[in-house]
Amino acid sequence: MNLAAARERLAAVPDPEIPAVTLVDLGIVRDLRETPGGVEVVLTPTYSGCPATELIADDVRAALAEFGEVVVTMQRTPAWTTDWITPEGREKLQQYGIVPPQCSAEQAIRLVPKLRCPRCDGGRTEQLSRFGSTACKSTWRCIACGEPFEYFKPI
Amino acid sequence: MDSKLNYVLQLADTCLIHSQRLSEWAGHAPVLEEDLALSNIALDLLGQARALLTHAGQIEGAGRDEDRLAFLREERDYRNIVLVELPNAAASPSDGGGGRDFALTMLRNAAVSIWLELLYERLQASGDAELAGIAAKSLKEVRYHRQHSCDWVVRLGDGTGESQARMQAALGVLWPYFNELFAAGGVDGVGPAWSELEPEWRARWAALMQEATLTPPRDSAMQSRGIDGIHSEHMGHMLGTMQFLQRTYPGGVW
Repeated sequence: MNLAAARERLAAVPDPEIPAVTLVDLGIVRDLRETPGGVEVVLTPTYSGCPATELIADDVRAALAEFGEVVVTMQRTPAWTTDWITPEGREKLQQYGIVPPQCSAEQAIRLVPKLRCPRCDGGRTEQLSRFGSTACKSTWRCIACGEPFEYFKPI
Repeated sequence: MDSKLNYVLQLADTCLIHSQRLSEWAGHAPVLEEDLALSNIALDLLGQARALLTHAGQIEGAGRDEDRLAFLREERDYRNIVLVELPNAAASPSDGGGGRDFALTMLRNAAVSIWLELLYERLQASGDAELAGIAAKSLKEVRYHRQHSCDWVVRLGDGTGESQARMQAALGVLWPYFNELFAAGGVDGVGPAWSELEPEWRARWAALMQEATLTPPRDSAMQSRGIDGIHSEHMGHMLGTMQFLQRTYPGGVW
């Protein structure tokens, strides 16, 4: 068993809803270990109702199929937090036009952040809704360029 | 019924039925952003219900999974509070379909999300590790629900004459059902009696009402008992819609 090769393969699996980032970038992958018949991947779901959870497990199984039997285990505790998104993941989100979390999950309980527009870098923006096209994002607008954009909510 | 199973079902079914009602808004909200918000809140609650129902099935130990509990029980077996099964509009015919009142929906969301936040905070310390894990995760989600709905209660309450009148009317309709938020008993090592949440809930609610310039009605002696399976006339109609597929095509899967 070449665990390093499996890890490399796993690191390339994109998130099905935001394909610009990988599952590893998002901090969803908690562990990859060898089992007698193949590999076990431990994943932490992002939101309780995230409809992508099942799809993610399928994608992981497909990506690692050549390493034998793939067992996907869902681990709820400790709960996933945006603090686990890697620096690389944050950069990719920004490039893709989604502003990455600007503070820790704990700080977010009290603060509505000041965001810069990911398109024109304008500093005058406003939140349109705490919710967006997926469970993990909120909807914003840039007052300077008029374009809407999304913010990956700290949680 | 086992007291621990009953306790978990009271919470699980409250999340499930609340989610089902909210999902009736999909495609009908006043603006797109609110359509997304209501759908996402419904989705979070459905996810919480799934985890809780799965756990309930394990406690029961009779081989029932989340789907069998969600779709194949009789009305009396559901343990949700009546507040969440009420239609989205007070004047709705009786069926729970059709009528939608945004003020009533947001006011109910505020009441339930403040309550869920207080309950999940305490359940994080549950001796039942699975329940504690579900609570820790769900708490993060309901904080966003609470912020969103309370913002709307203030915006509409302290808004125009029309928006304030509609918020105040919604408050009059829902008020008697709030008593049930504190009605369930606790289970040692599992979770607190809901009455423990009451002082803090009432304090937060009073602050919200003040900010929203709404006048709380006089205390009501009414005590709904959905937590014992005694539901309103709306529940059966709602289950008719909700369970249609599984009742018509038993065992149907994706």
